[in-house]
Amino acid sequence: MNKQQKLAILGFGALILSGCNTDMWRQPKQEPLDESEFFADHAANRPLVPGTIPRGHLREDDAFFAGAANGKWLDGFPDGVKVDKALLLRGQERFNIYCSPCHGRLGDGQGMIAHRGFSLKRPVGNIHTDRLRKMPVGHFYDVITNGYGAMFSYAARVEPQDRWGIVAYIRALQLSQYAAPQDVPAEEVSKALPAGDLGAAKQETAQADSNTRLAQK
Amino acid sequence: MAQIFKPSANSVAKLTLISVVLGVPSLWLAIAGLSRSPANTKVDVPLNQPVPFSHQHHVWELGLDCRYCHTTVEKSSYAGLPSTETCMSCHSQIWTNSPMLEPVRQSYETNTPIQWNLVNKVPQFVFFNHSIHIARGLNCNICHGAVNNMQITWKGNSFQMAWCLQCHRAPERYLHENKTAEGQTPRQQVFNMYWQLQEHGLKDLPEKEKQLADGHFAGSDEAADLEAGKELIKKYGVHTQQLADCSVCHH
Repeated sequence: MNKQQKLAILGFGALILSGCNTDMWRQPKQEPLDESEFFADHAANRPLVPGTIPRGHLREDDAFFAGAANGKWLDGFPDGVKVDKALLLRGQERFNIYCSPCHGRLGDGQGMIAHRGFSLKRPVGNIHTDRLRKMPVGHFYDVITNGYGAMFSYAARVEPQDRWGIVAYIRALQLSQYAAPQDVPAEEVSKALPAGDLGAAKQETAQADSNTRLAQK
Repeated sequence: MAQIFKPSANSVAKLTLISVVLGVPSLWLAIAGLSRSPANTKVDVPLNQPVPFSHQHHVWELGLDCRYCHTTVEKSSYAGLPSTETCMSCHSQIWTNSPMLEPVRQSYETNTPIQWNLVNKVPQFVFFNHSIHIARGLNCNICHGAVNNMQITWKGNSFQMAWCLQCHRAPERYLHENKTAEGQTPRQQVFNMYWQLQEHGLKDLPEKEKQLADGHFAGSDEAADLEAGKELIKKYGVHTQQLADCSVCHH
């Protein structure tokens, strides 16, 4: 084997081995949640400078983004929020994710967390009270956005549009837990009950309903 | 002149030949095995964390939705780790004196993030996106293993390329539905298993979900499942022609 052949083999080997590095695995870039040696708090994620507004995202619409107008809570849904089945279903989904752990799937304050050691001076909020049935929708939006009592703000977790969805669903829950038999469309009643039981069931629900109303008074 | 090779040279020559024939493949196998073993991939190896967070407790026993903490999983490439504020939503009231949660309270008071140890990672030339996988109805456990069983989180799968390609080459083996209501999108179906598990327990789950929750789901080769999977590919608009292209993940 002459010198040139040896050099050729060595060179080829070096070329192959040069592929063995991990530069591409760990690139000199930062990904979300990475650790950074550059910043004092070692977080690559940077908080926005206070007052930063992304172009085109100035939140001028107080009704939509704060649930209030002229310093008063909104009593109806703001323009741009169309209350339809899609919004309600979205609200139901978000309610079940973010609210139900404490407030329960019915909003009655009997969620799993409420049963697991919440030792509050005041119990977890129940939306089925006279006070909250009469409360304008803006209040619920405000509570989600800014928190209330021991409840933290959910502004970082639930977007404004979804907050309105949750508010709409809260109204639906309030209606569902405080409905009189005559509120149920006749065809829905007959769908839910066998024909023969209709009269008896109606009487029964009416009785139960008046009982709860009495109890609440 | 004396002989160069003693009689023992015969044995040495044979041994050399045998060890080359056996040794090279076994070295090959050993390297291949090691690179796929938990020693290298860290699959099923629980990782110590500053706070011993239990997914089993929060997901299975309490029934918290994945999205309560991983808020961006449906709309971003990153699932997102909860901020300390999210932990404190409950833990400002519950277990407020627990020494286990001291790092959380410390982080909240000093406004510095908790430094979790990374469990799942792909090389930085891989551009993985959570949201599209959720949008096509892939349950979290398919990739992450039985998260609902994890007292301390571990990596459920190797995340090596060959593993990714199992599904990218034949998604019909993995796609399935778990509808609990009419009109549920595949995105919504992803999360049904977890509350069903909390509410009804393991034994009442649909067959596929039971395997998933148990950590034994590795695709299905049964004819009926493949047929259904192909239907779903059409229904969800999965572009199978491009799914195994290099540029899908390495763009």
